[in-house]
Amino acid sequence: MATTHSLTPAMQRQRNARLRRSALYLALLAIALVAPFVAYPVFLMKVLCFALFACAFNLLLGFAGLLSFGHAAFLATGGYFTGIMLASYPGLTPELGILIGTSAAVVLGTLFGVVAIRRQGIYFAMVTLALAQMMFFFFVQAPFTGGEDGLHGVPRGELFGLISLADNLNMYYFVLAVFVIGFALIQRTVHSPFGQVLKAIRENEPRAVSLGYNVDAYKLVAFIISAGLAGLAGSTKTVVFQLASLTDAHWHMSGEVILMTLLGGVGTLFGPVVGAGLVVSLQTQLAQSPLGNWVSVILGAIFVICVLSFRSGIVGEIQKMVRKNFK
Amino acid sequence: MTMIFGVPLAVFMGQLMLGLINGAFYALLSLGLAVIFGLLKIINFAHGAQYMLGAFAALLGLQYLGINYWLALLLVPLVVGALGVVIERTLLRRIAHLDHLYGLLLTYGLALIFEGALINFFGVSGSSYPVPEALQGGLNLGFMFLPTYRGWVLVAALVVCLGTWFMIERTRLGAYLRAGTENPALMQAFGVNVPLLITLTYGFGVALAAFAGVLAAPLYPVSPTMGSSLLIVVFAVVVIGGMGSILGAVLTGLGMGLIEGLTKVYYPEAANTVIFLVMVVVLMLRPAGLFGKEA
Amino acid sequence: MTFNKTLLASTIAVTAMMASGAQAQMSNDAVRIGYLADMSGTYRDLAGPGGLEALEMAVEDFGGEVNGVPIEVFSADDRNSADVGANTVRGWIDQQNVDLVAGMVASSVTIAVTKVLEEAGGLGIVSGSAASSITNEHCTPNHIHWVYDTYPLAHGTAKAVVEQGGDTWFMLTADYAFGHALENDVTQVVEEHGGEVVGRVRHPFPTNDFSSYILQAQGSGADIIGLANAGSDTVNAIKTASQFGLTQAGQQLAGLLIFLNDVHAMGLEATQGLLLTTGWYWDMDEQSREWAERYFERMGRMPTMVQAGIYSSTMHYLNAVDAVDTDDPMAVRAQMAETPVEDMFARNGRIREDGRMVHDMYLAEVKTPEESTGEWDLYEIKSTIPADEAYRPLSESQCDLVNQ
Repeated sequence: MATTHSLTPAMQRQRNARLRRSALYLALLAIALVAPFVAYPVFLMKVLCFALFACAFNLLLGFAGLLSFGHAAFLATGGYFTGIMLASYPGLTPELGILIGTSAAVVLGTLFGVVAIRRQGIYFAMVTLALAQMMFFFFVQAPFTGGEDGLHGVPRGELFGLISLADNLNMYYFVLAVFVIGFALIQRTVHSPFGQVLKAIRENEPRAVSLGYNVDAYKLVAFIISAGLAGLAGSTKTVVFQLASLTDAHWHMSGEVILMTLLGGVGTLFGPVVGAGLVVSLQTQLAQSPLGNWVSVILGAIFVICVLSFRSGIVGEIQKMVRKNFK
Repeated sequence: MTMIFGVPLAVFMGQLMLGLINGAFYALLSLGLAVIFGLLKIINFAHGAQYMLGAFAALLGLQYLGINYWLALLLVPLVVGALGVVIERTLLRRIAHLDHLYGLLLTYGLALIFEGALINFFGVSGSSYPVPEALQGGLNLGFMFLPTYRGWVLVAALVVCLGTWFMIERTRLGAYLRAGTENPALMQAFGVNVPLLITLTYGFGVALAAFAGVLAAPLYPVSPTMGSSLLIVVFAVVVIGGMGSILGAVLTGLGMGLIEGLTKVYYPEAANTVIFLVMVVVLMLRPAGLFGKEA
Repeated sequence: MTFNKTLLASTIAVTAMMASGAQAQMSNDAVRIGYLADMSGTYRDLAGPGGLEALEMAVEDFGGEVNGVPIEVFSADDRNSADVGANTVRGWIDQQNVDLVAGMVASSVTIAVTKVLEEAGGLGIVSGSAASSITNEHCTPNHIHWVYDTYPLAHGTAKAVVEQGGDTWFMLTADYAFGHALENDVTQVVEEHGGEVVGRVRHPFPTNDFSSYILQAQGSGADIIGLANAGSDTVNAIKTASQFGLTQAGQQLAGLLIFLNDVHAMGLEATQGLLLTTGWYWDMDEQSREWAERYFERMGRMPTMVQAGIYSSTMHYLNAVDAVDTDDPMAVRAQMAETPVEDMFARNGRIREDGRMVHDMYLAEVKTPEESTGEWDLYEIKSTIPADEAYRPLSESQCDLVNQ
């Protein structure tokens, strides 16, 4: 109102929304910065890694409408490659190790993507599942993964050869930085013209085709970005926990990331973060409580309740409420 | 001795026989999945858990109620099928209008619940179910010693598969079912109770899974996790055969059993993976599966 | 050599005692034990909730406190995932100041946890895991391996079987590191004693249907089918073998990693005559029987060797804490190594410098249904493998703690 009279109400609204969003991001970042002084840093790092994984998955499901049932393959690929590099070449700094792991996931994502994106809906889900099962087989057979025993003793090393990551606080801020970069990339992707086309494909693919978009190319790029970020999450996780294991490659992991995303809110930016936080805390807390034996029953029940009564997830439902009451 | 690719002929024949028996299981399970998918368009992720419930119901029936194997073969599919009817009525119906992927997620959640709950009560070591007296011992087929029970499994599974196929292709109910798969709205307009048809179809698919579970009980340890490892293999079978294709599911089931059987001889390490390789190749060449109709 | 090492160890112990004597003796005025195990997955029945019960039994029998401070027990389900396990233990040590981590089943989890223990300066007693690498290339000064490992299982069983005349073997191996290691151990022993391994098949882990592999084993004509797998794979293989009339046709099975709960689950009909090596059996003598019956009253099941080992190791730990009057890990570890282990579980037990608790192992044969007098009357102990011969000799060790 007071700033410039040339702004239309619509532009004004957009501008306010942008301001509000920036304020929200800043507030969240501030919370993330002080969090390790309140909560246990290793736990927070685990949440951040899975949050990035879920965000990467959500880029595909929420913004391109593709349900991948094989995302564990990328998490594991990132993890194993980073782990092997860091464990075998002691001079290698962790950020380079992570870069290598992420690149491996990008290469794998390209291969998977070329094969899978030509299929739709359930067939897409099944092809990704099949490819991920083949990767699982590869990880079991390959001599360098340690098979069932897993890959152990990955050094955290020194970031850029300078900052020791053995210290949990240093490690935490590094993981936070990785997460913020990954999240920003997703945010930019979603709000770019590219992201708009993805949404158009999700809503009505034939129409996008008739508008002249090369739908397959868009889907493939989205798939590769998603795979790369999932690999980044896996690589970072390996550095944090200093190990990589078959758990990350198992199809249950692909199911778990769906749960995280669904619970938090498919197609919302923050949903997967909230979902990952909740699932990881549930697993950690429940595992140590008398309800420990019931973890899978409780997760299953959450799945059912989510699908039945709040499909937009926690963040999605909140957004709906906000829109209803403050517009 | 005649050799086939470095394996004695007798061993080779024996392996084919065993592959066929495993294939019969795949056929039975994927048949149920295909029937459900045909009408409901839902991938029933709880199928493995329902198979497991079938085996457990038989075991508990024997231990606590004295229900013998033959009675269990009849009763258990009814009981577990009834549970399927309840699931469809109370849960699946409410999400029928949504994207079918939600059905997959809901049934995945159900599978976690069933498995987790049974693990708490029965542990995971599993218990054994005795082979019924009439089917003990074995047959000498010349090229192998075949336990009578396995022979029975092959026959029983094939009879049920054929019976189901006959019912769907040759009876009025089957005609409704096929029509409902094509165009449910039109069927409703013709006065067919489509919601009831859907409920019964789901119940029937679940009953098939439970039947397979009872057949499996004397073969494998009855444990809460017995279904989850089988499940994704059966998915692959259905996808390769073509979603919703009844004949495709049965034939692919048997075929995959054979392929897996041969893999166990020549490259045993890959026995769990070969089916996924076949699936990727098939979907590359025929996107709707071997027997599916192109969309 | 040995004398010098013992001397060194006791010097360290005394120094540690003096050093800690000056400080507060028990951290946080409590001795905290964390029980980490698979509480819901494949290995649940082997240790699981039953192992926690054994641990709590030990704490109760000890009186619930050591030198006036209470003993607190934590527990967590590792869900057989290395990162869940490592993460839990890191949290326990960083946040709850847990003094001892007990249980530990899946080898991948155990190896990950012991790395954390070494880094964070904790103490762990591994009771459930099989891998002999835990006190070999993966040894640390911060953990002890209590009940058994693959070395005595493979060596004990294979040697006994070959000596009984079973000299042609066919190996049924789970296709992962653990299975390969067992297979190599067995092959070595069989060949050393004049036998021969005529064939092998490596099956995926896990496998549901073993009929194809059993048929291959049958076709091999070997006397003995060695099962280099574990848990549900072994159970499946044995059941299938019995259906295919393997034993009736004159071949014999040798289980390399079989637990009481497996035999109980399969029943004697399918398992009779099976030879196996075990670290403990509830009915092996008066002491073990007396304890097992107390356990049975609480759980309604007879304990496995792992569950018994958890009780035994917890007692040994608490006794050591009591003796040195501190919960400092290194001091307690040294005191534990000083004291021989002789209780309801171990005969001639002692803790070596690589962290291996060596004790007498037993060669057992599963009874026939006619011989068995009760639900849990399952094994007959055939012979004892003395502690000094049972485990991998230190001369072959790759552990850094030994070669120093």
